[in-house]
Amino acid sequence: MKFKKLTAIAVSALVAASPLMANELEFPSISYRTGPFGANGAEVADGFSDYMTLLNERDGGIGGVRINAEECETGFNAEKTVECYEATKDSGALVYTPLSTAATYQLIPRVTADQIPLLSMGYGRTSVSNGDVFPYVFNFPANYWTGASVIVNHLLDINGGSLEGKTIALAFHNSAFGKEPIRTLEALGEIYGFDLTLLPIDSPGQEQKSQWLQVRREKPDYVLLWGWGVMNQVAIQEAANIRFPMENLIGVWWSGSDNDVIPAGDASNGYKAVTFHNVGTDFPVFDDIQQYVVDAGLAAGTGENVGTILYNRGLYQAAILAEAVKVAQARSGVADITAEMMRDGMENLVINDEIMEAVGLKGFGPNFTVSCADHGGPGLGAIQQWDAASQSWSLITDFIEPDMEVIQPLIDADSAAYAAENGIETGRCN
Amino acid sequence: MLYREAGDYKKSYAEDSQTFPLKLDRWAYYALLAVAFLVVPFVINDYWASAVLIPFLIWSIASLGLNILTGYCGQVSLGTGGFMAVGAYASYKLMTSFPDLNIMIIVLLSGAITAAVGVVFGLPSLRIKGFYLAVATLAAQFFLVWLFNKVEWFYNYSASGQISSPTRSMFGFEVTGPTASASAKYLFCLVLVVGLAWVARNLTRGRIGRSWMAIRDMDIAAEIIGVNPLKTKLTAFAVSSFFVGVAGALMFAVYLGAVDVGDTFGIQKSFLVLFMIIIGGLGSILGSFIGAAFLVVMPVLLKNVMVGMLGWPSDMSSYLELVIIGFLIMLTLILEPHGVAQLWRVTKQKLRLWPFPH
Repeated sequence: MKFKKLTAIAVSALVAASPLMANELEFPSISYRTGPFGANGAEVADGFSDYMTLLNERDGGIGGVRINAEECETGFNAEKTVECYEATKDSGALVYTPLSTAATYQLIPRVTADQIPLLSMGYGRTSVSNGDVFPYVFNFPANYWTGASVIVNHLLDINGGSLEGKTIALAFHNSAFGKEPIRTLEALGEIYGFDLTLLPIDSPGQEQKSQWLQVRREKPDYVLLWGWGVMNQVAIQEAANIRFPMENLIGVWWSGSDNDVIPAGDASNGYKAVTFHNVGTDFPVFDDIQQYVVDAGLAAGTGENVGTILYNRGLYQAAILAEAVKVAQARSGVADITAEMMRDGMENLVINDEIMEAVGLKGFGPNFTVSCADHGGPGLGAIQQWDAASQSWSLITDFIEPDMEVIQPLIDADSAAYAAENGIETGRCN
Repeated sequence: MLYREAGDYKKSYAEDSQTFPLKLDRWAYYALLAVAFLVVPFVINDYWASAVLIPFLIWSIASLGLNILTGYCGQVSLGTGGFMAVGAYASYKLMTSFPDLNIMIIVLLSGAITAAVGVVFGLPSLRIKGFYLAVATLAAQFFLVWLFNKVEWFYNYSASGQISSPTRSMFGFEVTGPTASASAKYLFCLVLVVGLAWVARNLTRGRIGRSWMAIRDMDIAAEIIGVNPLKTKLTAFAVSSFFVGVAGALMFAVYLGAVDVGDTFGIQKSFLVLFMIIIGGLGSILGSFIGAAFLVVMPVLLKNVMVGMLGWPSDMSSYLELVIIGFLIMLTLILEPHGVAQLWRVTKQKLRLWPFPH
């Protein structure tokens, strides 16, 4: 009897999971609020969700169609990501933002087969910026390779234009995410004459004693940190323990959040990270978020993350996607767009001051345009620095351009290899 | 009254020693096979395949494999995740080096390669036992994951160190790659599961299986009565690793499509399989399936009940899921320390006598 009951529940549950087509813009939010990376994942998910809630509450959605950004929890786990994707893809999903490089690799072939766009903003496979080979995958406005190049350009700046004979160590999460920048840094090292030392750190990264011992012994001039979640906190603490100068420790944008620096207290003062969007809450959109979302009790999560770095990133992601929806609606003349129209909107997206001002985010991120061939944008990045006394980040540089002459050949080579391996016909954009 | 031997006459030795001696069991088994092969492929959709059935089938193979080693031969292993990684990377290298090779052959060859690796890591079992062996196999787990992260040849020098499975087909149907249909992937896994379960069942009740069990129950006594411990333990490692390797190859090629070794084949996967066989029942073929269902299908089911039906937030349901699964594991092990399979055995015994227990 018990078994029968259980089976009945099982069947009805799985039937209930099968989606219905609704008259809404579906933004399935594949997020993770649990697991070793949950603290960071929750902030991004909050930002994304709050902006979508704001659009629903203030404007009644986009172009009069309400948004449904239901979350699906993955715990940063590959199997659960597949489950979430399969559960949501037939609901009219417009775009996926999995916030995990490993998950992005898994989803690239799937979204291409199912013809649903995917945006990996500042993560994922870098060579997807070649839109000719990856028609459904986007990674504007910045990616790991441009991020690495921006950091090197910043180091060139503060070293009077030369890194000859310097050593740079890369402490990276030993996964697809952490390995991405190695190729670019090697290429840049040959050009600018610095030595690159690799310090792989196994996930989730709680144990890093030996790597920092090596840093202490070899005394590299700079350490780049390519970490996520708990790995960042541990790395910054370990760097402080060996008295490594904080201003010489530079993180990627996933290693530059409030969660990462606060545990080390004053010791983390001066820590730097690259970013592709602005910091703080000094933008008009945050007033609206306060009024329509937080005060109305509709904030996602605990509602305490508003204005943190990762919250801003989730919000930026949502804002850019909302603009892409508007482009798609204008181009197709349909308000309730399909995934294919969304793809077209993303491919013709233009972000300029006028648009950013209209949504209350003037100066929040750089201007960029997306095209059929270029899904990656210009890859501008700025350097942010942590001030432990005031507990705040500030941008210490303008948005710096990466070395596209170095990166573009790498992108072309990697995407060509992918196209050959998977038999993809190119020439779509000519 | 209905479920009994009486009237079910056996006329030959073969009939007498068949797997399902009761007519009712036999019919149930054939009916299950018929549904699995003839009905499910026509009604399956992508969600059922990718989220429920394919993971269940693949983990069943893995837990069958570990059950052979731990349940039947008594050698504790924590290297299952690493051995699955061997299967996955072997299949990737074979797929990319020999594009024309049939995918079934690739999967079986990956199993064979894993068997060879398993034998090497099984060698310490001749000297050490119990917890000490667990630690030795734990070393295999960490070493193998490190190896596939470190040596670029294994991932064909790709920038990210990820491996992605190319499209391969069988009888004109794609079984790997993003465009493969749900039913093709499901049937491919199902054929392997049924085949391997049949092999496992027949190995474990024959001479080899008996020698494994003899070693498990008391190795010194087994040696005295003429069981060669070297051969026995290493065959157990080989057969077990073969199963685990096939599971790893399927996990990569058919189920996930792209694999990051530390994430997909980490230590937590070794524990997962070990929990499967402990909950399902050590030394039981049925137990392997029950354990896999318990730990793979149950979380998906709970998620759908909590998020899909009750509309709870997905992060809260994810925490509750851990609590509920943990509670059910404790409950199961307290009520039946020998696993759910033993519960089934007891139920069958009771059913045979019902309704006259005396």
